[in-house]
Amino acid sequence: MPQRTLEIDSVSKRFGDVVALDSVSFDVRPGELFGFVGSNGAGKTTAMRIVLGVVSADAGEVRFDGRPVTHEIRTRIGYMPEERGLYPKMKVLDQLVYLAQLHGMPPNEAHRNAETWIGRLGLTDRRADEVQKLSLGNQQRVQLAAALVHDPAVLVLDEPFSGLDPIAVDVMSDVLREQAASGVPVIFSSHQLELVERLCDRVGIIRSGRIVACDSVAELTSSAASQLVVSAPAAPPGWAAALPGVRVVSESGGSTVLELAPDADDQSVLAAALATGPVHEFTRRKASLSELFRTAVAEGAIR
Amino acid sequence: MTQPTDRRSVTPLTAVRLVALRELNTRLRTRGFVAGTLLILAVLVGYLALQASLFSDADRTTVGLTGQAAAIAEPLEQGARQLDEDIRTQRVPDVEAGREQVRAGELDVLVSGSPANLRALVKTELDPQVRALLSGISQQEVLDAKLIEAGLDPAEVMSEVNSVRVQVSTLETPDPERGQRLVVALVMLGLLYMSITTYGSLVAQGIVEEKASRVVEILLSTVRPWHLLLGKVIGLGLVGLVQLAVLGVSGLVMATSTGVLTISGVATQTLLWGLLWYLLGFFLYATVFAGAGSLVSRQEDMQAVLTPVTIVLLVGFLAGFAVIQEPEGTAAVVLSMIPFLAPILMPGRIAAGAAGWLEIALSLALTVAAIAVLTWLGARVYRAAVLRTGSRIRLRDALRG
Repeated sequence: MPQRTLEIDSVSKRFGDVVALDSVSFDVRPGELFGFVGSNGAGKTTAMRIVLGVVSADAGEVRFDGRPVTHEIRTRIGYMPEERGLYPKMKVLDQLVYLAQLHGMPPNEAHRNAETWIGRLGLTDRRADEVQKLSLGNQQRVQLAAALVHDPAVLVLDEPFSGLDPIAVDVMSDVLREQAASGVPVIFSSHQLELVERLCDRVGIIRSGRIVACDSVAELTSSAASQLVVSAPAAPPGWAAALPGVRVVSESGGSTVLELAPDADDQSVLAAALATGPVHEFTRRKASLSELFRTAVAEGAIR
Repeated sequence: MTQPTDRRSVTPLTAVRLVALRELNTRLRTRGFVAGTLLILAVLVGYLALQASLFSDADRTTVGLTGQAAAIAEPLEQGARQLDEDIRTQRVPDVEAGREQVRAGELDVLVSGSPANLRALVKTELDPQVRALLSGISQQEVLDAKLIEAGLDPAEVMSEVNSVRVQVSTLETPDPERGQRLVVALVMLGLLYMSITTYGSLVAQGIVEEKASRVVEILLSTVRPWHLLLGKVIGLGLVGLVQLAVLGVSGLVMATSTGVLTISGVATQTLLWGLLWYLLGFFLYATVFAGAGSLVSRQEDMQAVLTPVTIVLLVGFLAGFAVIQEPEGTAAVVLSMIPFLAPILMPGRIAAGAAGWLEIALSLALTVAAIAVLTWLGARVYRAAVLRTGSRIRLRDALRG
């Protein structure tokens, strides 16, 4: 493993009779943005809490830089819990300085970093306000600053984009990209799959406590069945149903969406379409992460 | 982005210090702390002033004399001096005026009639000492008449009678400071009960606040539960100590300078003992409060889990009144040995001068042992329960881990 990689190795966790995580393994490499997706209750939050030592694993190990994650290493992780939490009655600046110091930063540096992030996230006017007096959006910014204020060596963010307005989403995206670019492994969970697809180098999909897919978005989508969009206004309904290796996904107003088996010949589809009359559009479309995700989750439901 | 280096280790001491400092900063700076301290100080001053006036007025009996009874003023005051009673006499023009004064509370007793046949009027009941004095005067009057009838000189006979006295020997010298010691002991009892209850509850409240706001999850990703708990307990304990010291010292200075207390040595000693017992009592209860607080996730649920703890403290406080009245009694000795009650009861007994060194040492040892056990238990419950949010956690589940 390369240096400064966060490895989750065969981690399992049960809560009573419920299996929350079943031998979950993946790694987050330095300089990488890793997207962690899955339905509600799939185990994302539990996995992240185990990385932070807030919940202990029944089996398996979390390693960083080749060594098991100890309490000392955890102080170097930047964490944004799913349930946001800050002292409601503490002032923004005091709070960030306190958290930086609790993560082992000397006071001067803690102050400097707190001020830097306050400025960077547009909270300068609010720095002396109590957190409870801030808008929810601004509280989210403080929460992000709390995860970053101690110059973390790893970032673990649970749903960092939920509840953000579009401008704040951009700020958050920029910050995450910049952190990854500086060599920090960044893992975050999200339900906003378009965002994950756009931002992440690699994606892990978790379902019922198991990792069902873990690769780059390009690899994941290329291996999946591809789709064809054919716009042939004169074609009679059901024109493509008999073609070999083709499944009709939808058909409406002369526009047909087809799913091709990996070995099916798209040229024979085009010929069949042309045989019905004029063809206005013939597009090969890669499956989006959302579709991939739905397939992965649906497979689980059938199984 | 700086490369993480080894400077990034947070030693346990640093973690505890940082948490404690945050508690000190956020509590000491609040307006509530300053206002609260001033309020308690005002109550304390009021109590001391009341005690001062009670000391001078409570034992004084004002007797109004009217008509022939005016003649008994001299023997009454003389008799009172012999009994160490503080009796003032005053002339009242007639029975009607005297009756009004008794009703208004200006007179305690109105005496009328002839010396040999005295009539006393009081609001509710006649002080037995005064009754005895008045009866004595009437009897003397009758006796004098009989002596004269028998041809004897009453003055001669009485000087002979009066020279006969009982011989008294004491085993212990009486303590003239007893009254003041009781006041000091009572004040200390109240302050200790208040401080331990207040700052123990604040520990629970702080823990529930961290649970309710979920900030505890971020804290525990970098601080161990035990360090967080210890820092909080030490921080709040110190805030309480500061308040108790401020109240104690200013109360002492005021009481001594106004002359309410003449035993500043005893009072200072009591204050020092009080501060020590406060620390012991606070640490005894703090982790219990902490464990109880960690069982709930909302401020609204807190009262229910804290009530059993505050009731124990209240029992100690109420028992304190009885203990201070009779600090040498068996019950007082036994109660002040029980670790849960000792921090509240023992300082009072020490102030009353009723606790021997052996007793003090034993109750100190028992309390310290109880602190060790309860801290272990409280920390265990806290560690198991602090990250479980939602409904109230049963104590049994938390103890099981």
